[in-house]
Amino acid sequence: MSEKFLEVSGLGMRFGGITAIDNLGFSVEYGEIRGVIGPNGAGKTTTFNVISGFYKPTAGSVRLRGETISGLRMYEVARRGIVRTFQHSTLFTEMTVMENVLVGTHMRYRPNIFSSIVGRDAEDRRRARTRATESLEFFGLLERASDRAADLPHGHQRALGLAIALAAQPEVMLLDEPFAGMNPEETKSMMSLMFKLRDSGVTILIVEHDMRAIMGICDYITVMNFGRLLAEGRPEEIRTDPAVVEAYLGSARDVA
Amino acid sequence: MRSFPGRAGVWLGFLALLLLLPHALSYSQQEILVFLTINILLVVSYRLLTLTGEWSLGHAVIMGVGAYASALYTKELGIFVPASMILGACTAALVALVLSYPLFRMKGFYFLIGSFAAGEIIRLLWKRFREPFGGPKGLKRIDPMPDFDIAVWRFDFFEPVSYYYFAAAVVGFSLWLMRRIERSPVGLTFHAVHWQDKLAEASGVNVRAYRTLAFVIASGFAGLSGALLAHYIGAVNPNMFDLELMVFILTWTIIGGTATIYGPVIGCIALTIINEIVLREIGLEQMRPFVYGLLLIVSVLFLPKGLESLVQKGLARVARAKRGEES
Ligand SMILES: Nc1ncnc2c1ncn2[C@@H]1O[C@H](COP(=O)(O)OP(=O)(O)OP(=O)(O)O)[C@@H](O)[C@H]1O
Ligand SMILES: [Mg+2]
Repeated sequence: MSEKFLEVSGLGMRFGGITAIDNLGFSVEYGEIRGVIGPNGAGKTTTFNVISGFYKPTAGSVRLRGETISGLRMYEVARRGIVRTFQHSTLFTEMTVMENVLVGTHMRYRPNIFSSIVGRDAEDRRRARTRATESLEFFGLLERASDRAADLPHGHQRALGLAIALAAQPEVMLLDEPFAGMNPEETKSMMSLMFKLRDSGVTILIVEHDMRAIMGICDYITVMNFGRLLAEGRPEEIRTDPAVVEAYLGSARDVA
Repeated sequence: MRSFPGRAGVWLGFLALLLLLPHALSYSQQEILVFLTINILLVVSYRLLTLTGEWSLGHAVIMGVGAYASALYTKELGIFVPASMILGACTAALVALVLSYPLFRMKGFYFLIGSFAAGEIIRLLWKRFREPFGGPKGLKRIDPMPDFDIAVWRFDFFEPVSYYYFAAAVVGFSLWLMRRIERSPVGLTFHAVHWQDKLAEASGVNVRAYRTLAFVIASGFAGLSGALLAHYIGAVNPNMFDLELMVFILTWTIIGGTATIYGPVIGCIALTIINEIVLREIGLEQMRPFVYGLLLIVSVLFLPKGLESLVQKGLARVARAKRGEES
């Protein structure tokens, strides 16, 4: 019975002499918002890279509903329901906003070259467009659908990254610093969108340096330091955990 | 659709122009027109390959694979000529599929070199094996397109005009197919793979499969252009598909631009006119590599988005003028 939804165990990732992740283990329950925090270089992005299949771990495993997914290619992990965003705005900059999100629908409406040529994919194209439109609407980007992605202001670009991921109808979203570069207002509205996503059944893992946001939305927080697990707990426990305060919050006293 | 002459009108006029064009030309110009038509298919297929962001140096050889294959199918197996062309195209696509396994382990510069090496190996095989490829002298006396009659029109395919009509129909249909592919979700995925392969893969796109798909389709059309060439000239040899032809393809593509399907077409037409008419008339053929190099440098410096960008600007101006008229 005790099969975990998403489970990371004994995870290790070495780059030559650098150990970016060392014997990391934690598990995430279905439908929660999980924060992953830690000082710069703690290994948070690397952890996401391993879970999403961007890297193959040098030790340990990642399991989704008991199935080992570590070692799969990134698109294979995506097809099992785990979709990620990137730390820096990574978009199809030369394409329109709508086209960007249509790529997000790729998995649901797999294009087929033969039906495209003979024109038998009209129904799929229409559904993909509907799905993309919903996703844009969710992030308030619909008015900009025909703009070039490169022409969007920074906050909208971050939102577009999320819209692409949501268009894939994922079960798990890995968000790497989604609030970076957003103003407080944008962050606030983005936080309420996270709750909406969670309520619609998406499990969210979020790496973020904005402590106010993290403490505000996460059900549970995993703290990393030097590639290792430092602490785990509810936001209020983390806030007062002496080890965390020393390693991480100590330098940013104003947070607590 | 209110505006005169309207879209359909423009296309009809264009079609009439294509039909009448050969009758305004001399015999040798008609022959050039046939080659130009075939080269247009070649260069547009090359653009399809570049859509996913990888530039190959093996495309000329792949054209040759289609040419050799179609010629051999008629010679050795007695297959009817237009059918052999389709089989030749399929063979080129198949060879590309096999090559894609080693080649798409590489990216960028390494892919470029790898594709060149793969092409040279194929050319070496043609030279090395007299059976069935005919060695360095290649294949001769390849079956021509059989003559046929449609109503009162008689098509004798030794005549460049007849062959031009045939080739133009094949090329026109192929261009339409490629455009349809590019405008479909498959084409969108090609562009996505080009601009951000990591994000595409995170969205569930099997990036390598899509690179392979573009490579295979482009190679099929390149093979078809080779087959068209083989049955027109009646002979093929390894040197027809050497690095010089590849440099031509690159020059047409770069000077025309790759953002639109008509970019490389314009590049190919412009350089053919310069090459065949200007250089030949004034007897500067020996200077060709120099002139091409110069044109390439000038276009990269002063027209980095290719000749197509001029057309795009022109079209935008027309659209603006129209809007002005209406208001
Ligand atoms: N591809 C790589 N090659 C070599 N070292 C790497 C690579 N990726 C990450 N590292 C190293 O691994 C460590 C962890 O990096 P990571 O990017 O995961 O940190 P992070 O917690 O996301 O930091 P930040 O908060 O600054 O984004 C760092 O020391 C980094 O230099
Ligand atoms: Mg990071």
